[in-house]
Amino acid sequence: MIENWVPALSSYAKDIDFVFDVIFWIVIAFWFLLVEAVFLYLIVRFKKRDGVPAQYITGEIKSEKNWVHYPHLAVLACDVVILFLAIRVWYDVKQHVPPIDETVRIVAQQWAWSFVHAGADGRLDTTDDIKTVDDLHLQVGKTYAFKLESRDVLHSFSVPVFRLKQDAIPGRVVTGWVKPIATGEHDIQCAEICGIGHALMPARVLIETPEAHAAWIASKGVSGAGE
Amino acid sequence: MVVQHADPAHEHGDHHATQSWVKKYLLSTDHKIICFQYMFTGMTLAIVAGFFSYVFRMQMAFPGMNVPGWGLVTPSDYNMLVTNHGAIMIFWVAMPVLIAAFGNYLIPLMIGADDMVFPKINRLSYQIFLLSVVVLFASFFVDGGGFGGAWTMYPPLMAKAEYNLTGAGSSVFLLAVALEFVAFLLGGINFVTTAMNARAPGMKLYDIPIVVWMIVIASILFMASVGPLIAGAVMMLFDQQLGTAFFDPNRGGDPILWQHLFWFFGHPEVYVVLLPAIGIVAEIITVFSRKKLFAYKTVLNTAIGTGILSFTVWAHHQFVAGIDPRMANIFTVTTLIISIPIAEMMFVYVATLYGGSITLSTPMLWALGFIGTFLIGGVTGIFLGASGADIYLHDTYFVLAHFHYTFFPIAIIGTYAGLTFWFPKMFGKEMNETLGKIHFWGTFISFNCIFIPLFFTGMLGDHRRIFDYTNFPELTTPMLENLRAFATLSLIVMLGFQLVFVYNFVTSLLWGKKAEINPWRANTLEWTTASPPPHGNWPVLPTVYRGPYEYSVPGRKDDFWPQDAKG
Repeated sequence: MIENWVPALSSYAKDIDFVFDVIFWIVIAFWFLLVEAVFLYLIVRFKKRDGVPAQYITGEIKSEKNWVHYPHLAVLACDVVILFLAIRVWYDVKQHVPPIDETVRIVAQQWAWSFVHAGADGRLDTTDDIKTVDDLHLQVGKTYAFKLESRDVLHSFSVPVFRLKQDAIPGRVVTGWVKPIATGEHDIQCAEICGIGHALMPARVLIETPEAHAAWIASKGVSGAGE
Repeated sequence: MVVQHADPAHEHGDHHATQSWVKKYLLSTDHKIICFQYMFTGMTLAIVAGFFSYVFRMQMAFPGMNVPGWGLVTPSDYNMLVTNHGAIMIFWVAMPVLIAAFGNYLIPLMIGADDMVFPKINRLSYQIFLLSVVVLFASFFVDGGGFGGAWTMYPPLMAKAEYNLTGAGSSVFLLAVALEFVAFLLGGINFVTTAMNARAPGMKLYDIPIVVWMIVIASILFMASVGPLIAGAVMMLFDQQLGTAFFDPNRGGDPILWQHLFWFFGHPEVYVVLLPAIGIVAEIITVFSRKKLFAYKTVLNTAIGTGILSFTVWAHHQFVAGIDPRMANIFTVTTLIISIPIAEMMFVYVATLYGGSITLSTPMLWALGFIGTFLIGGVTGIFLGASGADIYLHDTYFVLAHFHYTFFPIAIIGTYAGLTFWFPKMFGKEMNETLGKIHFWGTFISFNCIFIPLFFTGMLGDHRRIFDYTNFPELTTPMLENLRAFATLSLIVMLGFQLVFVYNFVTSLLWGKKAEINPWRANTLEWTTASPPPHGNWPVLPTVYRGPYEYSVPGRKDDFWPQDAKG
């Protein structure tokens, strides 16, 4: 459902959308509408009428308890389905790391994002690293690991089109991965309040074709490695 | 009946003659007066927090405008407003009104006691609470202005003045929160002790009205969960003022530790305010459907179960906070499990309506409105509790809309339900039903118009606490801007409808029809004394013969059977 408004541009974005959709169909389209329908029906059906007294139902007898007991078991069954799915996707996105092609360092601070790209040799912490502020350049189809750091307070690296969100913590390097699957240019937001400039941390992710990406690296190589 | 009327009037007059206004209303140890103190303080704070929401919602809808009544909203204004809106609504509105005010009023009256067990501790509780309000207001006016790092107070932003730029404000704010906790610890001791030890003769555990049970369970939850947060708050204050480094990663501290301490308290806190509201709803739907509560013991057990489970779910607020990802799996399981007792409770309430004789009075509309909207809060929680979906939805407006669909039914709908229901008892006057219904529908419809659009802005990628989206090209589409503006206009409509309530409240208080002792024909003990009850509540304390929900018992002439009626 989300992909109708926000394109799904990472390898796992569709999986996360799928979890959302399944939950939507189970809890909104089924449970919510059902319970509200029963609820409204009962209000109308048992509206006060002259000469019709209310019934005396304790809800303590087994047959009566089953009115809530069976729906209750059904809720449990739905929970199990949702749990299975949610944990599977979580595992794929956050726990399991596929083979990595390249690593990129993301540094958050009040109030900017800086990115250290591996450069022509494909390795971080070498002389040809390319450092940018507020522009993250990725090549479509490559699997990237990221090393997320913060210089001051908590920030959160959020790229809605990737369905990726991860807090940055000062003093730690938080790792994760993403594989962009289509080209384009999209927003990066900070998702954790980080002071008065929280709204002033917009950045862009540029997902490029291999040729365009190589051209960008080459242009940086000419103007001098590392800044 | 006549005698009961004469008696309180006499005693009332007596007190009036011997006690000054200050003694009677400000320094009273009478639980009913302390209820009013908490209630009116809480409602005053609700006006402040409501005003804050108006200001920042205007900024959301029309970025950069001069908001009437405030002016230009700067980023620091905005942060301060959202932070204090949240903190005030939880700590200074929901808690004082739902637990302290209703707890104070209802516990002694519903269990047949003349007052709380510790009246002076009760008075002290309110006085400390009032002090916390004063300290909170002071935090707005210190150097640098009020704290603006969100009500969750995450360090290092909260811990260091160089990061939050409100060094004084954040410490004073922390102090206000800590004082508020002290007030509620004192109150909680009173509620639990009174309900357990001061019940009328004959009132067994399962004869206690559900709302009293709920307030007792909520008090226990609060007392058991607040310890870690108080410890954390002291550590935070030390970090701010004494230069310690509990949460400073550069010197061996851990900012994530705070999140665990905060949410270990913060999640049970949801249930601390939920349970009293859900108890109020139980009282009202039984009375206005003339039905026995469906499966009393099940309701009680699910409340206790929810309470215990609520201590095991806190890290679902931290899925993407940098905790070990394996931990998220455990908390996903516990979080989804908590849907089971809550769903059961909702089913029980719906089942109670079956076979009833339902009158849609104003309190009943609010109670039904609670069930209808709280359900949305409940089901949308599943999206966020499921770790896989939370990766995307975390810290978006979807979260915001979700918890407003829980807290609005709790703190606003629940309060209006209770207030319109017990108003005749509290003040001895009847409220105007027509105005009550206008207020209900106006509030109910506009509330939904505020928050349904915000679910969508969240799904479309609006993140929280961002004062201006114009820097984000993908968040400046006409669709998003229209949704934001629609939510803001709905908020203004909703705030406007509250004037209907204020008008109704004041005019009913002054010129309303005199209320009978038991206008709703209810069973519980508070309806057996005068309206309003005198100091000491009853001339002779009642004796209890049965449970609180014996409505429409076959073979009886009346469709209600008061707890204190012998036969």
